[in-house]
Amino acid sequence: MQDIAESNRYKAEVKNLSFFYGTFNALKHIDMVLHDKKITALIGPSGCGKSTFLRCFNRMHDLYPGNRYEGNIMLYPDNVNILSPKVDPIEVRMRISMVFQKPNPFPKSIYENVAYGLRVRGIRQRAILDEKVENALRNAALWDEVKDRLSDLAFNLSGGQQQRLCIARALATDPEILLFDEPTSALDPIATASIEELIADLKDKVTILIVTHNMQQAARVSDYTAYMYLGELIEFDETDTIFIKPQHKQTEDYITGRFG
Amino acid sequence: MNNVNDLDVLRKIIGRHKRWDLLFMIVGIIALMIAILTFIALFAQMLVDGMPRLSWDFFTSFPSRRPESAGILSAWVGTTLVMLVTAASAVPLGVSAGVYLEEYAPKNLFTEVIEINVTNLAGVPSIIYGLLALGLFVYQLDFGQSILAAGLALALLILPVVIVATREAIRAIPIAIREGAYALGATKWQTVWDHLLPYSSSGILTGIIIGLARAIGETAPIITIGALTFIAFLPPAPVTDEFPYLSFEWLSAPFTVMPIQMFNWVSRPEEAFQFNAAAAGLVLVVMTLAMNGLAIYLRYRMRKNIKW
Repeated sequence: MQDIAESNRYKAEVKNLSFFYGTFNALKHIDMVLHDKKITALIGPSGCGKSTFLRCFNRMHDLYPGNRYEGNIMLYPDNVNILSPKVDPIEVRMRISMVFQKPNPFPKSIYENVAYGLRVRGIRQRAILDEKVENALRNAALWDEVKDRLSDLAFNLSGGQQQRLCIARALATDPEILLFDEPTSALDPIATASIEELIADLKDKVTILIVTHNMQQAARVSDYTAYMYLGELIEFDETDTIFIKPQHKQTEDYITGRFG
Repeated sequence: MNNVNDLDVLRKIIGRHKRWDLLFMIVGIIALMIAILTFIALFAQMLVDGMPRLSWDFFTSFPSRRPESAGILSAWVGTTLVMLVTAASAVPLGVSAGVYLEEYAPKNLFTEVIEINVTNLAGVPSIIYGLLALGLFVYQLDFGQSILAAGLALALLILPVVIVATREAIRAIPIAIREGAYALGATKWQTVWDHLLPYSSSGILTGIIIGLARAIGETAPIITIGALTFIAFLPPAPVTDEFPYLSFEWLSAPFTVMPIQMFNWVSRPEEAFQFNAAAAGLVLVVMTLAMNGLAIYLRYRMRKNIKW
């Protein structure tokens, strides 16, 4: 009974996860949870494995040979281990969307960019596509800027708009978890602020896991924060605790800027 | 004077070094001129010799014993049909092979050996492809000395070009675009069909046209499989007035092509035929240049929407 109550609050649970690029052990025995409809931030110095960890959630590593997972990531409420070889990575990616570090719109129209995830699912009816595309663009706070030029090329948008377009593209398919891999590192401060605001607004709809190299960003947007170092999860707690009263000396050193 | 930063000394040294720039520039321009002037001279000679022979009749007449009434009708029709077969077979084969090697093939020793072989195939002398086609298409598969056999022979010849162009065009697409598609739950085939092929189409198309431009001038493999040098009739028309309105009889028809017609005229003793050969050469060069021009134009047009 305890378990069920627990898993209601969790969207996902990482159990003893290790990851290997060939023989290189990039993640070591990570245990963590994603709280449902909350924002969890992953912070840590470059090369600590935070992006590697994020990309486990949508099985991105399956695209390249020689990568290996150990341990589980349980997805709730259906209690399925998304790292299991029996689970098709494509199915996982349909349930868990991702926004990348640099905006990567397809060289297609704004409309087709947002609709692509739906088209992959075989949705053809114009009315459904129109509605979902509009909703996604509204949720990504882009609708008002692009509603009159949906057939324009996505490349004609500014960097910040392109990133919001990528967020709309990820949202269009109603994902259960949304992954962000340093989504503002290629953007200027104004675009960054608008993306952060957007991420904060999205947590009512979707569980969010965000990698960031920017500690202020983690402090501003997230509910929970995990600090990683050299492939290990050093500390995971509510963001306020991590930033005000970290349990580990190492976390404190990183957060106060003594190294990183 | 023992100061290393003495300006007079520095200027002298710079001046001496710059002389090498000047020297190489001169060498470079000469090298370039040798290449360009040779072509211009050849082309001008052909223009002078062949231009007077170019007329509507030249394109609509069959070859003849009388040089003044001989034309290239059977040759350009033959070339067009052979190119059609070449394109129709080399494009799907080459693009599929390129996509497979780039996106699907596991990265292992076997794949690497195949890759090296494909690249090397581009350097195999064309007459070897002619021999292969003679043995395989003409005799084994019994296609005869036909347009089909010739088109397939040239398709084999340009396959490596199409494969390499496809691979390079696909490889130029940033990984971020691929990952973007996969992250939305696309399968490999959806990624290839919806993204990789459309975004690489300008590069692939350029490769195809460059390959065809090479094939159009090939003589050796066509002679090897036994194209006729004198032919005064056309293959059966591909469109008929009876159901099903399409006919593929032309595939098995005997034929000739432009370079063979040229070769035939060049080897005649009468001087008048030399002018015919020049005129045919002119047509062939213009066809090739037009194809290359089209490739450049298409690349420019299709790349306009893509920025990476």
